[in-house]
Amino acid sequence: MDTTAATHSPSWIGYKTMVRKEFTRIIRIWSQTLLPPVITMSLYFTIFGGFIGSQISAIHGFSYMQFIVPGLVMMTLITSSYMNTVSTFYFAKWTHTIDELLVAPMPTWVIIAGFVSGGVLRAFLSGILVVGVSLFFTHLVIHNILILLGAAFLTSLLFSFAGLINGIYAKSFDAISIVPNFILTPLTYLGGVFYSLTLLPPLFQTLSLANPILYMVNAFRYGFLGVTDVSVGKCFAVLSAFTIVFFFWTLWLFKKGAGLKK
Amino acid sequence: MALALEVTDLKKSYDVKGKPPVEAIKGVTLSIEKGEFFALLGPNGAGKTSMISIITGLANKTSGTVSICGIDAATEPEKAKTCLGLVPQEFNFNIFEKVLNIVLDQAGYYGISKEEAMPYATEILQKLGLWEKRDAKAEALSGGMKRRLMIARALIHKPQVLLLDEPTAGVDVELRRSMWDFLRELNEKGTTIVLTTHYLEEAEQLCRRVAIINDGLIIKEGSVKELLSSLAHVTLILDTKDPVGEPALHLLRDLQLTKIDDTSYEIRLARGETVNDALRKMSMQGVQVVNVRNNGSRLEEVFVKLIDAT
Repeated sequence: MDTTAATHSPSWIGYKTMVRKEFTRIIRIWSQTLLPPVITMSLYFTIFGGFIGSQISAIHGFSYMQFIVPGLVMMTLITSSYMNTVSTFYFAKWTHTIDELLVAPMPTWVIIAGFVSGGVLRAFLSGILVVGVSLFFTHLVIHNILILLGAAFLTSLLFSFAGLINGIYAKSFDAISIVPNFILTPLTYLGGVFYSLTLLPPLFQTLSLANPILYMVNAFRYGFLGVTDVSVGKCFAVLSAFTIVFFFWTLWLFKKGAGLKK
Repeated sequence: MALALEVTDLKKSYDVKGKPPVEAIKGVTLSIEKGEFFALLGPNGAGKTSMISIITGLANKTSGTVSICGIDAATEPEKAKTCLGLVPQEFNFNIFEKVLNIVLDQAGYYGISKEEAMPYATEILQKLGLWEKRDAKAEALSGGMKRRLMIARALIHKPQVLLLDEPTAGVDVELRRSMWDFLRELNEKGTTIVLTTHYLEEAEQLCRRVAIINDGLIIKEGSVKELLSSLAHVTLILDTKDPVGEPALHLLRDLQLTKIDDTSYEIRLARGETVNDALRKMSMQGVQVVNVRNNGSRLEEVFVKLIDAT
C-alpha cells in the first residue's frame, strides 16, 4: 500500500495544519483553556467530595468522592469541548479569519473535522489534568478502559459539534454564552453528576431519562467504577445517535453556508 | 486563448428582513483571458465585492455560472479554488499570529506542507519587504505591511489567477507605486490579475482591459485604449515658463485656454486635434511651454460620463 500518498494528501495537510494551529493556541493560552477546569474541579473535590462528601454514605459501594469524580471529569469534557469550538469558530467568523479556510480548496468535512478535533483535543487535555488532580483526593479504579475512552471521545465529539452549531448560528458574543449558561450547565447538574438516579423520586427518575447528559455520565462512570443507573448499551446508543445527528446538522449548515457565506 | 475566468449571467440577491430582496448583481457576463491584467471598476455598492465573493466561494450566487481556469466552481469547487488567490479588501488574518505562520498556515490549507512552503514563503516575504518582520505578530505591522502580508498569503500557493479587492485602498503613494511594480512583475511572469479599484489611475496604469460595473450590471467593457478613445476631448495642463500676457491669450482664444494660475493653463483638445498643433500656435505667440500633463485620470472622465449616463 502506498502510504506516502495518503499521508501527503492536500486534505490531510490542511487538517493537520488546523489541528496543529489549534493545539498551539490551547497550549499558548493555557491559563484560559486548561487552568480554569482544574481550579473549578479542585473546588468541587474539596467542597463536595471532602467537606460534604465525608458526611454522605457510600453510593453503589463507593465513597461519595469516588462516585462524583467520573461525573466531574465528564462535566469538564462537555464544557471544554463545547467552549473550544464555539469560541474558536465564532472568533474566526467575527474577525473574518474563517475566510482563510473558505477560500482554500479544503472539503467541507475537513474544515469541520479540524474545528471538532480542536474541541476533542482540549477536552482530553483538560480531562487528563482533572483526573490527575482527583488523584490527590481519592483513589481511582478503572473498570473498563475502552468504555471509559469511548464515552469520553463520543461526548467530546458530540459537544464539539454542538459548539460549532452554536458558533454558526451566533450573531453576537452574547449568543455564544446563552447555551452553556442556560441549557448545558443545568442539564449537566441534573445529569447524575452528583447523585445516583436511584436516589430520586420515581417521577424525577423518569424525567431524568430525557436528559442526554445522564447517559454520558453513566457510561463514563461505568468505565471507571463499573456501576451505572442505565444500561451501558443504551448509553452508547443515545450518545451515538446524538453524535450522528449533530454531525449531519453541522455538515448541512456548512454546505448551505448558513452564518458563513453572504 | 484559454480563459482564466468566465462568469455567465451571474445574479445575486440578498434577503432583507421585511423588504423585497435586494439585487446586488443583475446578470453579469464576463470573460477574462489567461495572462490578462483586468480591472473591475465601479462606485461603492456597484457589486464589485459581491462578484469577488461569489467567485472565491465566500458568497452563494442566486444563479449563473462561474468557471475558473476552465473548471466549474459549482461542480468542482476545490479544484477551482486551487487556481485562485484572493487579497480581500479588509484585513482578515489573526492579528495575534506571527507573520510567517499566517503565510505557512495558508499554504497548509492549500495542501502544501510547512517544509514545502518554506522556500517560497521566504522568497515572497523578502520580495514584499516583510521577511524582517516574520516573527512579529501581525498586530504590530503598519497598515501597508498588513496589506502586503495579505498579498504574500494569497500568493503562497502560486495561484494562476490573483483577485485583488481594492488592494491599495488607504495605502500611501510610495507604497502604492511599489505594489503596482510588484503586480506588474507578477503579471509579466504569467499570473492573471483581476482587481477592483476606486483609483482609476490605478486601472489606467496597470490594466489592459477594464469593465465598469454599476448597480449590478456591466455597463462598459473593453480595452483601456478603446474606452479612452470614446472621450470627445482630452484635457491637459500646460505649465509655461512665464505668465502669458492678455494680447497673446486673445490671439490663442481658439485653443480655449483656461487659466489655473499665472503659469498653468488648462487646454481641451477635441478628438483629432494634436498637442503639436496647440504647442506650435503657442510658440508662435512667444509662449514657452515647459511641461504638459494630464488633468487627473483620463479614465476617470470616461467613468464619470458612463456612470452619469446610467
